[in-house]
Amino acid sequence: MLEYTPKIREIARGLLEKGTVDVFIGYRKGSVPMMNEPVLVTDPAQTDVLHWDSHCGLNLCNYLTKRTDRIGIVANGCNSRNIVTHIIENQVKREQLYIVGIPCTGMIDHRAVKRAVNGKEIKEVQENKDTFLVIGKDFEEKFAKKDFLQDNCSVCRHRNPVEYDEMVAEPVEEQEAEDVFADVKTIEKMSPSEKQDFFTQLISSCIRCYACRNVCPLCYCPTCFVDESQPQWVGKSIDPVDTMTFHLLRAFHCAGRCTDCGACERVCPVAIPVRQFTKKLNKDTLELFQWEAGLTLEQRPALDVYRVDDYNDFIL
Amino acid sequence: MKGRLFTKKEWDKALRELSKSQKIFVPAKEKDFHNFTVLDNNMEPDFDFQNTRLSPKSIVFPQSERMFEYTLDETSPDAHILKEAPKDFPPQAVVGIRPCDAHAFQIVNVNFDNPEYKDPWWVRRYRATTFVGLGCNEPCSTCFCTSVGGGPFSEKGLDILLHDLGDRFLAKAITEKGIEFLDKIGSGKEASEQTLKKAALEAEAALGKISSSVPTDRLKEKTEIELFDAPFWEKIAFPCINCGTCTYLCPTCWCFDIQDEVFRKEGDRIRNWDSCMFPLFTLHGSGHNPREKKVQRVRQRFMHKLKYYVDKYGNGVACVGCGRCVQFCPVNIDIREVFELMNGY
Repeated sequence: MLEYTPKIREIARGLLEKGTVDVFIGYRKGSVPMMNEPVLVTDPAQTDVLHWDSHCGLNLCNYLTKRTDRIGIVANGCNSRNIVTHIIENQVKREQLYIVGIPCTGMIDHRAVKRAVNGKEIKEVQENKDTFLVIGKDFEEKFAKKDFLQDNCSVCRHRNPVEYDEMVAEPVEEQEAEDVFADVKTIEKMSPSEKQDFFTQLISSCIRCYACRNVCPLCYCPTCFVDESQPQWVGKSIDPVDTMTFHLLRAFHCAGRCTDCGACERVCPVAIPVRQFTKKLNKDTLELFQWEAGLTLEQRPALDVYRVDDYNDFIL
Repeated sequence: MKGRLFTKKEWDKALRELSKSQKIFVPAKEKDFHNFTVLDNNMEPDFDFQNTRLSPKSIVFPQSERMFEYTLDETSPDAHILKEAPKDFPPQAVVGIRPCDAHAFQIVNVNFDNPEYKDPWWVRRYRATTFVGLGCNEPCSTCFCTSVGGGPFSEKGLDILLHDLGDRFLAKAITEKGIEFLDKIGSGKEASEQTLKKAALEAEAALGKISSSVPTDRLKEKTEIELFDAPFWEKIAFPCINCGTCTYLCPTCWCFDIQDEVFRKEGDRIRNWDSCMFPLFTLHGSGHNPREKKVQRVRQRFMHKLKYYVDKYGNGVACVGCGRCVQFCPVNIDIREVFELMNGY
């Protein structure tokens, strides 16, 4: 996706020069391999810092919340769905935005790459369309990108942006994922105590840094429930019950809103697959309410409206 | 004391033996990374690592520590009386700590153990800990210890320095505590002049492998207000998501919060790591928050490490160049760039 970079720069420069937008939000190339840094550009002469490749796995919608200026922003499929959700939830207005659509072929799983080179230090990763070259001190290895997609990208069904003002390239072919929810189904088959064990084990290394929450564009509450202090809702130690409360409630707050962008999982410093929580709720909203988040500006989200034919089997 | 040689097999066996009588922390692989773990029969130490994901600070300064306990039971004569939570501080050792992380303990120690304040839990645990360092033959490209007063084979804060020589460890005791610990491990073999020379050359070579550097020479001469009002903070702060990754992975971040947790009539007073990145960190009881904005919190973290600490203790910066925040900041805020900006301003 490296080839989108010049076009992104050109569009951003044009928008800033013409005054169509006040700021442009994108990525600049990171200072360490497989990492890029969100950047806010205001000067057309600075647009050459903008960059796009297969390591843009954060969610830039996070930087739109409550902004009041006119913003240009790059958005691939999942990011554009979060922007739609943001608009529906009144966090930003459609008229403020100039969305530069990215037809996305998925992000590279940095942990998988590190594993593939046996944990050796990676000095550089060079991308070349469908392959990428990993360079270390005394090794060079070439890999196919399709074998190293982030888990969420490998089952993604919305690679192209759903809402945009301009595309940087022709749309890419959407994937026909075999079974998006195979992992969730495995967990659903477990007994309650097995599930408890599974999730307890899953979060056992959590350090409560809240990177998963803070990197998520859905988590914009002025005060998160875990930060309530008058009165306090959740203990702040690393007691497993409190940690579990945080993860479960965070996931429920994302029900019907999560686009499975994978940013939460990507940034976890202790590699917890936190999507195991949110994915179950994505599956439920899809099955029970035929709802996928952020696909349209025309319809209110599933948990936002009442329909007479809503799923109600749980009511006694 | 020039150095004793132990084959890795001997070393492993002796450590395991010693772990029966005292707590020994060693690096071990969990998932895709290493962390310090208590050595026992069910685990394999792994000294073939660059550095642990989490710093070993929790060995002396746990993420959550029960300080006091109390009862709210009015029928008890001790009702509402705060009592120190009973615990002991037996000798323990951390084996395989990198020189940067050992240096970090020294930096933090001036905060918890000084003429004005002595933190009882830190002081007792720090003094009970033997720091057995492992020199870095292969520093990472994000390491910049040599710019901030350390080095891949620095002895700062260490009781013993180990040098990995392939199939053997060369162990050099630095303090009395180190000599005692090494005596418990065994006599090993006296290292020959030739081995010592080879090790010295390797240590020298490691120094040359440090590829990152940061400037610090002008931090002290600037006034706090100059740096505080510098124009670059907004730009540095823009990508920040205010998570606690940097502060929780950092070996020199020492901030904490104290919380009471009550279950029925029994209460605990607990000290938990806290982070200047969190709005709650500075929220007053009145509802006022002096660091309400992200940019204020980001500035605080770097000002504390690279300016306030420098001015207060005259001990250099509160950063050991381990590179954890550089590698794991979710949004790639790179402290090396902040050094450049602050020092160059």
